[in-house]
Amino acid sequence: MATRQVSIASSVGLHARPASLFVQAVTASGLPVKIAKEGGSPVDAKSILMVMALGAKCGETVTLTAEGDGADAVLDSLVELLSRDLDAE
Amino acid sequence: MSDALHTTFHGIGVSAGTAVGPLVVVTPPPTAPADEAPTTDAPAAVELVRGVLADVAAGLEARAATASDHAKPILEAGAMMARDPGLAMGVETQLQAGKGPTNAITAAVEEYCVMFESLGGYMAERVTDLRDVRDRAVARLLGKPEPGVPTLSVPSILAAHDLAPAETATLTAETCLGIVTEAGGPTSHTAILAAQLGIPAVVQAIGIMAVPAGVTVAIDGGVGEITINPTDEETALLEERKKRRAAALAGGTGKGATKDGYPVALLANIGTADDARKAAEQPVEGVGLFRTEFLFLDRDTMPTVEEQTATYTEVFKAFGDRRVVVRTLDAGADKPLKFADLGPEENPALGRRGIRLGRIRTDVLDAQLEALAAAYKATGADVRVMAPMIATQAEAIWFAQRVRALGLPKVGVMIEVPAAAIRSRGILYNVDFASIGTNDLQQYTMAADRMQGELAELLNPWEPALLDVIAVACDGGAAMGKPIGVCGEAGGDPALALVLAGLGVSSLSMAPGKVPAVRTSLGLHTLTQCQQMAAAARAAGDATEAKQAVLEMADPVLLDLL
Repeated sequence: MATRQVSIASSVGLHARPASLFVQAVTASGLPVKIAKEGGSPVDAKSILMVMALGAKCGETVTLTAEGDGADAVLDSLVELLSRDLDAE
Repeated sequence: MSDALHTTFHGIGVSAGTAVGPLVVVTPPPTAPADEAPTTDAPAAVELVRGVLADVAAGLEARAATASDHAKPILEAGAMMARDPGLAMGVETQLQAGKGPTNAITAAVEEYCVMFESLGGYMAERVTDLRDVRDRAVARLLGKPEPGVPTLSVPSILAAHDLAPAETATLTAETCLGIVTEAGGPTSHTAILAAQLGIPAVVQAIGIMAVPAGVTVAIDGGVGEITINPTDEETALLEERKKRRAAALAGGTGKGATKDGYPVALLANIGTADDARKAAEQPVEGVGLFRTEFLFLDRDTMPTVEEQTATYTEVFKAFGDRRVVVRTLDAGADKPLKFADLGPEENPALGRRGIRLGRIRTDVLDAQLEALAAAYKATGADVRVMAPMIATQAEAIWFAQRVRALGLPKVGVMIEVPAAAIRSRGILYNVDFASIGTNDLQQYTMAADRMQGELAELLNPWEPALLDVIAVACDGGAAMGKPIGVCGEAGGDPALALVLAGLGVSSLSMAPGKVPAVRTSLGLHTLTQCQQMAAAARAAGDATEAKQAVLEMADPVLLDLL
């Protein structure tokens, strides 16, 4: 199982457009990716509802986990995505 | 069809034009029955609900595939919710706890809704999408048709209790011949949208929901008449009116003026840069009301000066040397801004909105004025900036100083508060022009909430009290030699436009689709006739009598324009 930690860079947090872009990227990867806030239980990263319900704010750290072929590469690209201010782009 | 079903009744006509077609009824959303049998076989129930959610998603996706650019994202967002694994998981938990399928989906959706509503802004808006998915799924589980506006396979007339913005997103004049609602009023969302799209519409049509779907209905969106199962003769008469109307409208694309040449500028109300491009192609003399709220609403942070400048420049360029009257941000507790929210208020319409918010959050107003000044310098356009909700001379002076300090050429105020109308002379001494927002001016004159459809009777724009207040405002304008325009819905009514011209109004701003009828109407009457009509309307006992009196004095062709 691959694991990564990343701090949310989008100024609005992991909401709205950034959340939508993240979920789309996860869905496109085809892998079972989970996302958790510090101390929270991991949720299905393919669910926009659950990702938004996490309420991860700008600067908060989230943990991504994935299994399967290419899990490391997928997580690296997701980390890269969350490290950008998606709302400003 | 039986003769028993042949009836005629009236609502309030809010978008002129006539239409005949089959009635399509917008189904109200069902609720999960309280006496639903509890779930005993959870795996089977999970299977059932997952299937229904997939059907809902597929239905929305199919509609999205053929929808307009505007409607597509709304429908796709709904489909995404219906396919969401988090929603499926929530429903599964509820089913395992023993809830019946419709109650399980309702509970699962509510759980997310409560969470999102507490987060506010963008998240709170997703609540509408989620509840829409719930309504569709519950309807399917109950074996009923999905609620909301169905796909109109043949051109039809739409009947509804009321239409929500999301429901009207898919409507086009090609398939939607007319709209009839039981609720709403002349300034409701439905009325404004219908007028923009040029779809005839009648609101406050009590009883329309009792008419079965598929029945042929004829509507006249000018006089608000609805005929169920019209006879051939009635249909022919309506068709005849439609032709006469088209003929009356065919004349001229020039500047607005009365028969004897008294100029009344005909302007467009716009809300976005996209509106500006479309309106600029029409024969209008400019923009009488550019609502700037779209740049600010639904945002977590204030738009930058650069972003605002780019949008304003685009709008000014679209109109070349034609005037563009810009209203500065009109927000407040009723239209809250995430980055400038002063908190909830007991009476948002009477609270810190418009210029009152601008005076507290000067940073927001100053950034907007800076952007407007930059766009003015870049284009050299005929820019006129006005403030919403001015009530006193002091507010007008405060605003005018800020606008002039930035080198903007013309500054004005909205007259929406009766105090500003009554004291227009002193206010106009300090500014270059005023524009009457009849919708708000009426709501404040009559102390009647314009969003409250049941008070529609108090919100009839023919109300003599409103005309008196407008007359007082115009007297102040005449005394100071400053122009006063109208940018509310009243200005787009071809009969009321005559009264306004008679009262001394020098420009009328409206949905661009309404301009041709107003232009024709003005051209049929002299200024003296308009003044006589204004006097007759003000002398009337109530709104109905006022309208009646004016129509009796009008050129018969005007009746075809209504």
